[in-house]
Amino acid sequence: MASIGDFITQEEAGIEPPMPLAGARKRRRRFSMWRFIVLLVAGAYFLIPIFAGLKFSLQNIAGRFSFQAIENLPSAPGFSSAFWLSMRLAIATLVVSVLLMVPTTIYVHLRLPRMRRLMEFITILPIVIPPIVIIAGILPAAPLWAKASPYLLSFLYVILSMPFIYRSLDAGLSAIDLKTLVEASRSLGASWLRTLTQVILPNLRPALLSAMVLTLALVLGEFTMASLDLWSTIPVWIVQFNTATDGHVQTAASMMGLVGTWVFLTVIVSIDRSESRKSRRRTGAL
Amino acid sequence: MTAPSSATALEGAVTTHPTPLRKRLIRAGRPTLAMAPFLIYTFLGLGIPTLAVINLAFRDENGKLSTSNLHLISQGIYRIGFENSFKLALLTSIIPGILGVILAYTIQTSRSGLLRRLVATASGVLANFGGVNLTFMFIATLGSSGLLTAWLNVIKLNPWHYGFNLYSFYGVAFVYMYFQIPLMVLIITPALGGLRKSWREAAENMGASTFGYWRHVGIPVLLPSVLGAMLLLFGSAFAAYATAESLTTGIIALAPIQIGVVLNGNVVAGQTHVGYAIAFGMLVILSVTMILYGLVRKRASKWLR
Repeated sequence: MASIGDFITQEEAGIEPPMPLAGARKRRRRFSMWRFIVLLVAGAYFLIPIFAGLKFSLQNIAGRFSFQAIENLPSAPGFSSAFWLSMRLAIATLVVSVLLMVPTTIYVHLRLPRMRRLMEFITILPIVIPPIVIIAGILPAAPLWAKASPYLLSFLYVILSMPFIYRSLDAGLSAIDLKTLVEASRSLGASWLRTLTQVILPNLRPALLSAMVLTLALVLGEFTMASLDLWSTIPVWIVQFNTATDGHVQTAASMMGLVGTWVFLTVIVSIDRSESRKSRRRTGAL
Repeated sequence: MTAPSSATALEGAVTTHPTPLRKRLIRAGRPTLAMAPFLIYTFLGLGIPTLAVINLAFRDENGKLSTSNLHLISQGIYRIGFENSFKLALLTSIIPGILGVILAYTIQTSRSGLLRRLVATASGVLANFGGVNLTFMFIATLGSSGLLTAWLNVIKLNPWHYGFNLYSFYGVAFVYMYFQIPLMVLIITPALGGLRKSWREAAENMGASTFGYWRHVGIPVLLPSVLGAMLLLFGSAFAAYATAESLTTGIIALAPIQIGVVLNGNVVAGQTHVGYAIAFGMLVILSVTMILYGLVRKRASKWLR
């Protein structure tokens, strides 16, 4: 911990101002130089690998610029079946985790606030109990029919997604006056279903959407459980794909995961923002 | 004053028209019913595997209770696996922890709102970006024919000529920083925000130097939060499997990788349960980490909330 002190004192100590004003200015100048160095190093560490990965994906074996790796990807042996398997698992995971977590979290917020601590505790457990331990424990315990199905992975991915799904739902529900909204909606004669779909869910949409994108990224990138359960999802395929033929194809597949997540996140966030702006304009016109 | 009167009116209604027993039972059971799917699901998905690991760790091949598995992991290659995992987790929690605090402080005190938002989103994505994708990105960067390796080779600083190996212990540690630093930034930024400006002004008014402020106010207030965040980083690195496995194809001895090796059936006959014992050992270490985290967090919330 001394190192933090060192950093701070290196950057700011020894500048005992004879005149407060000049000292403050000098301190600021030295500090901005520090800021520049920190940001430069951090930028290099985080951006160079992304750049290198993208560049490598857009090269052919001779090292020239080409889209060959990306063009070869769909026809690479095993890729399309891995891709569709990952997609099916992702959809199943998203559907189950929304159906399980949304009603439970809303009910707890509305009627059982005492249970919030318990839910918080349970949903943090997947961070404490690592995926490798969960899969090691489930394989000898699960019945044969469950082990024979790839959807055992979806079942477990719902557990892995709980930390972010619960936390974002909890934050979203705490930010609105849920009780008043529900009472208003119910006393105006709306059914429970209508209250849920037209009053609560629109308010939760931003929180829910970002949690769903993170879940999607988790499912499409998960390697530990899929490889030990012997299912060839995209990440497992990437590792098992024969490097001797073309390493560029593997890198292209990995980079598509990162770029895809980012694009998806940006698109969803911007759609959501323009939607809410539209609805604000609508209510403003009224 | 309307609430009590309506309550008595309701009570009156209840006594005059007693609700049928069936309806009352349904009403009383509703909280249980509403919580049941979640509780059953998490029991099946988290409780059962944990119990299975604990149970099988204490049983030999024939299903008899025994501590032979635990005895096995306390020595030889499995002991080395735990030691390596511990060292790796310690290294990739302390260094990224310090770097993360520096980065978060730099961002936090920056006047550019755009930079702050950008770093917040990027940290969120990168903190969850581990595993296979990260491995291949780093092979393209620092592999023996990677881009950065080629750049450094031009200025005669090829790291591979100076004993660097991406597929070794330190290579794995270097790659782990890529998700550990963003994780640290994500966790510690709220705590840095809680460091109030008025404390600094108060300290300066009473004649404290910058050093004095950090020595007596800043660091003591932040220390529990920083330690807590480092404990979370420790847990994250200790549990990680995918990145190390895909980067080194399982050749370095780390506890999670050894579980994978055993599960894949590469184990001496008569030792098939050793994987569960390693998993149990990991659970114990991670539980201790989380208990410490809970204690440290209690201390941290004294000043920062």
